[in-house]
Amino acid sequence: MEAIVLQILNGLDKGSAYALIALGLTLIFGTLGVVNFAHGALFMIGAFCAVTLSRILTLSHTVVDETQKDFLGNPLKVDVPYMMDWFGESTGAAIIDWAVPLSILFAIPVMIAIGVIMERGLIKHFYKRPHADQILVTFGLAIVLQEIIKYYYGANPIPTPAPAAFKGSFDFGAMMGFDPNTIIYPYWRIIYFAFAAVIIGAVFAFLQFTTFGMVVRAGMADRETVQLLGINIDRRFTLMFGIAAAVAGLAGVMYTPINSPNYHMGMDFLVLSFVVVVVGGMGSLPGAVAAGFLLGILESFASMREVLAVLPGLNQIIIYLVAIIILLTRPRGLMGRKGVMED
Amino acid sequence: MFGLDKKDFRLLLLVAVLVALAPFILNPFPEGSGMAQFNAGYPDLMQRFVIFGIFAIGFNILFGLTGYLSFGHAAFLGVGSYAAIWMMKLLTMNVIPAIIVSVIVAGIFSLAVGWISLRRSGIYFSILTLAFAQMSYSLAYSVLTPITGGETGLQPKINDPRILDGALANGGTPKANLFGLEMGSSFNLDVGAWVFTFNAGYYLAGIVMLLAFYLSIRIFRSPFGMMLRAVKSNQQRLNYTGLNAKPYTLAAFVISGMYAGLAGGLMVAMDTQVGAERMFWTASGEVVLMSILGGVGTLIGPVLGAGAIKYMENILSKINSDILHTWFAFLPDGLEDFVVTLIYPFIGKGWHLTLGLIFMLVVIFLPGGLVEGGQRVARLFGRKKKSTDTPDGKTTPAE
Repeated sequence: MEAIVLQILNGLDKGSAYALIALGLTLIFGTLGVVNFAHGALFMIGAFCAVTLSRILTLSHTVVDETQKDFLGNPLKVDVPYMMDWFGESTGAAIIDWAVPLSILFAIPVMIAIGVIMERGLIKHFYKRPHADQILVTFGLAIVLQEIIKYYYGANPIPTPAPAAFKGSFDFGAMMGFDPNTIIYPYWRIIYFAFAAVIIGAVFAFLQFTTFGMVVRAGMADRETVQLLGINIDRRFTLMFGIAAAVAGLAGVMYTPINSPNYHMGMDFLVLSFVVVVVGGMGSLPGAVAAGFLLGILESFASMREVLAVLPGLNQIIIYLVAIIILLTRPRGLMGRKGVMED
Repeated sequence: MFGLDKKDFRLLLLVAVLVALAPFILNPFPEGSGMAQFNAGYPDLMQRFVIFGIFAIGFNILFGLTGYLSFGHAAFLGVGSYAAIWMMKLLTMNVIPAIIVSVIVAGIFSLAVGWISLRRSGIYFSILTLAFAQMSYSLAYSVLTPITGGETGLQPKINDPRILDGALANGGTPKANLFGLEMGSSFNLDVGAWVFTFNAGYYLAGIVMLLAFYLSIRIFRSPFGMMLRAVKSNQQRLNYTGLNAKPYTLAAFVISGMYAGLAGGLMVAMDTQVGAERMFWTASGEVVLMSILGGVGTLIGPVLGAGAIKYMENILSKINSDILHTWFAFLPDGLEDFVVTLIYPFIGKGWHLTLGLIFMLVVIFLPGGLVEGGQRVARLFGRKKKSTDTPDGKTTPAE
């Protein structure tokens, strides 16, 4: 029982990342009908927003501290971040410590801007081209984006720690009535899951309960009619692209403490997220979210030692295996609608 | 000739001449001169040109003719490679059985993958092939280590059985050969300042590529090829006329899988080692890039694309900032530094950036790839000539 709960919990954080990326992919596909292979790159850029902000916050100047001596007996040179000068020692340190959560505020406008520029500058011209062309041009764009990041940030992973308050783990077992120390779970992963749930809820609420969301949903169902009603649906869809980019970017920002970001993390996630989208059903938002969590949890179950003893290597292939089975038995995915990507 | 019409035969002849004279054509700069780094006429790179040419020709039979975009072709290349290396370990270091078995094994594997994947089309097909390729890659890396060597990969060892070969002389290392002719052996021709290298392995791969190219021309011009084009242009109409498209697409899939296996077998024949990373999905993406860059659905396009990408990978990535500084030394100092900083991100380790940009430009502006670019340039000059002759005459479109 403990093992099962633990695996479900383990699956949640990866599943959250899959679900967020897949949600963005589906938003873009459902609104604009574009298969965006550059979505993984947006996830990666989000992660590097966090890296950038934490670098900006730790910009510092060198001060000679007369009270401390280094091993040669000279006065020690200390780097003092500007944040500490401006906001005082403790507040400055706290700001630096909280760099990753603060990056959320920084990443949202940046990612929306990147998304809108991408849509207006490039993807707009590909609506009428075949899906294969869309895949190819966004694939090329993904290569370009990740090479630019690699040029400025290097090829090595950059550790970006979570705030000190969230370091350490949380004893779930004790809370849920199991023996203590059987189910231990890092705080940050709980935060990540909660954050993903909030974002997913916000996107759904936005689409469901606002006038803007209503128009977008109408546009997804029948774009032409909405246009004939005199609504500028293109502008709203462009903004939806920006929102989808922001969702992917936020998933990336919050993922940095779990895995140090490197320039190809986006591609690694993209392949899996596409599988997730297809399993969930192209164009279905609930399907994408459900499939994301489902595959994340299945993956963590498949890496249990007991399972690996029976079926070695299952953890490596489980996602693809599930995708193949689902595509062959339920051709439209779990919640796919008729008539989407059927050609 | 050979059942080809005049135009195709000329193309085949042209490719044959280019392959035969590649050691000269790719080595235009004298040894030791500043431009010598642009020489591509060394055996390793020339072999890669023709081998990836075969891979791309095969991919083009599937994607160019039927329009099915496979994102998992590297798996067949990898499976072919593993089959070939096992033949070398168990049977003989002669490359013939290795290559034949690699084609057969890749064919069987692609039959299985294709039979399942081709039940869906569009992006679902792409994802299914991608899923199969990633599964093969992960399995080769982890569970199948006894067969694939896992992370270290496979090489022929001294104490492999090799039942057809005699025991090696003391201290001898097993080398791939064709009835005694070692694949690594080369003949160097010195002409003045130039050094031309003629490599046995390259010519073997070149001949195989010519055969593969000839076969692909025949497929393109055959009734079977017409059926594949019909699948691409309107599969629904094909179904309504009472024809089942599946056997045709499956045949195309298996053929292109066998081409990939052939390329994998040849790779092993050249450098006798395999690693799982050649099955990774980026390798599948690379062959897509090659076909698109050269021109999908054209005969010569994939070969051009493979050549262009492999040339960039090997030559562009060798340039570093010192070399750039010597090139732009004629500029005033400040300007020189500025130009070098401007170009630097695109060369050396950043060659992928150049590749990505070129690829995007090709997809956006030149969907027909380099071949279409060449045709446009040719048409531009052709029209100019015509318009000076007859200023008022209407020019008919070329197609």
